[in-house]
Amino acid sequence: MLDDFLVRAALAGLGVGLAAGPLGCFVVWRRMAYFGDATAHAAILGVALALSFNVSVFAGVLIVSVLVAALVSSLSGRDLGIDTVLGVLAHSALAVGLVAVSFLDGVRVDLMAYLFGDILAVSKVDVLLVWLGGVGVIGILWWRWSALLIATLSPDLAQAGGVRPEREQLVLTLALAIVVAVAIKVVGALLIAALLIIPAAAARPLAQTPGTMALMASAIGGLSSLAGLGAAWRFDTPAGPTIVCAAALIFAVSAAIGMMRRRLG
Amino acid sequence: MRLITAKGLAVRHVGHVALHDVDFHIDRGEIITIVGPNGSGKTTLLRALIGAIKPSEGTVERLVGLKIGYVPQKLHIEPTLPITVERFLSLPHKVSAAQCQTALERAGVPNLGRRQMTSLSGGQFQRVLLARAILGEPDLLILDEATQGLDQPGSAAFYRQIEAIRRDMGCAVLLVSHELHVVMSASDRVVCLNGHVCCHGAPDVVASAPEYRALFGSGTGGALALYRHDHHHVHDHDHPHPHTHEGAD
Repeated sequence: MLDDFLVRAALAGLGVGLAAGPLGCFVVWRRMAYFGDATAHAAILGVALALSFNVSVFAGVLIVSVLVAALVSSLSGRDLGIDTVLGVLAHSALAVGLVAVSFLDGVRVDLMAYLFGDILAVSKVDVLLVWLGGVGVIGILWWRWSALLIATLSPDLAQAGGVRPEREQLVLTLALAIVVAVAIKVVGALLIAALLIIPAAAARPLAQTPGTMALMASAIGGLSSLAGLGAAWRFDTPAGPTIVCAAALIFAVSAAIGMMRRRLG
Repeated sequence: MRLITAKGLAVRHVGHVALHDVDFHIDRGEIITIVGPNGSGKTTLLRALIGAIKPSEGTVERLVGLKIGYVPQKLHIEPTLPITVERFLSLPHKVSAAQCQTALERAGVPNLGRRQMTSLSGGQFQRVLLARAILGEPDLLILDEATQGLDQPGSAAFYRQIEAIRRDMGCAVLLVSHELHVVMSASDRVVCLNGHVCCHGAPDVVASAPEYRALFGSGTGGALALYRHDHHHVHDHDHPHPHTHEGAD
């Protein structure tokens, strides 16, 4: 069954979508949308480094994502707002990555595959990594759910309740790096943030509690992946962007429902 | 019984001394108010007392097993985060529905359990935070400018609720506030802070102390008197229970 490239693509897309949804909720709740972008853009540098040192792309991206996340946390303070730090790091890392790739002799790198994803080319190992990473991230969120939530609501209240907010921030950062590393082949560096944010945003008008919002975001993420892949196959469009289009369509429907509900009372 | 004792407390941040030579103690069941201008080290003192920051000098002793309930300054909840009052009370430690209900009743908002946090008014929101703080039956309730953003009748009602909670639960209360005239009348003791303890004692003693007047001007003295007058008025007609505000120092 895994010998069919379409089955592998569907499994990889589903895995990324299911994990990105709930993690995306935290990204939205903590106003970290730009953080996801920064990590994802930095991933291109990870790709370049991985190719030049001949290690797996997954490892390269994971390491660079974690490093960028750590840099962001340590640089943002009084002098520079977090948005400025992210802007500097995200675009510098992307630019350095693009330049570094051009130095790679002998290796013909299909940059487009990493910027926009190449889900139809995922291998069995890729599928395995996606699911290991995805299940890992969902596991982390499940395990630390209450602590993550209170740290998101208020670092002070977290502290008072015996939860260390910095540690929870670190947990989220690591989870984000993992999702970026496994998602880069599926939707590409430029669209990973979309898969984090759009399902969470689409789930918001339909949810009353954080838990239901996370579950719905997960479902919407998975559904977008499958529907987008199906549409890409049928209409012969690029898979990554089509997946994001599917998520955007679900968001539009959900936003309309939300608006109608508010009108009616 | 002493809940917290601080001796010779000093806290230095990079470049400046936030607090120095602070002696402070709080006993079971007391209501203590810390007043002081902006930047006088009020929040630093609170944080040192609960152990959130380490003192650079001096000691802080807390009763073994002391349970503290904390009501923060204010809390902004992202509208993107849907959460009901009940769920909010259950974080990070799960509590039963009955415990939630008791705490909400004590805080004066018995019917809010199912509401979304983002739909609450300012006064309701602070009472939910109060309910959260008393969930664990604390020995000491700490409120850091908890009535910021409430109007005057709103904060007066809020402090009456605190007094009622103190009566019910017997917990000590430590307040930080700049709303002197509202807060002080409910306090057993007032500590006036400006990097160090300027003066302390019963509310009327502090209000007439020259150090206090130097910090806040004599105008607040008048406001305090006005309020105390008003308080007695309400007291006679609407509040049949006796208030005891004798200084404990």
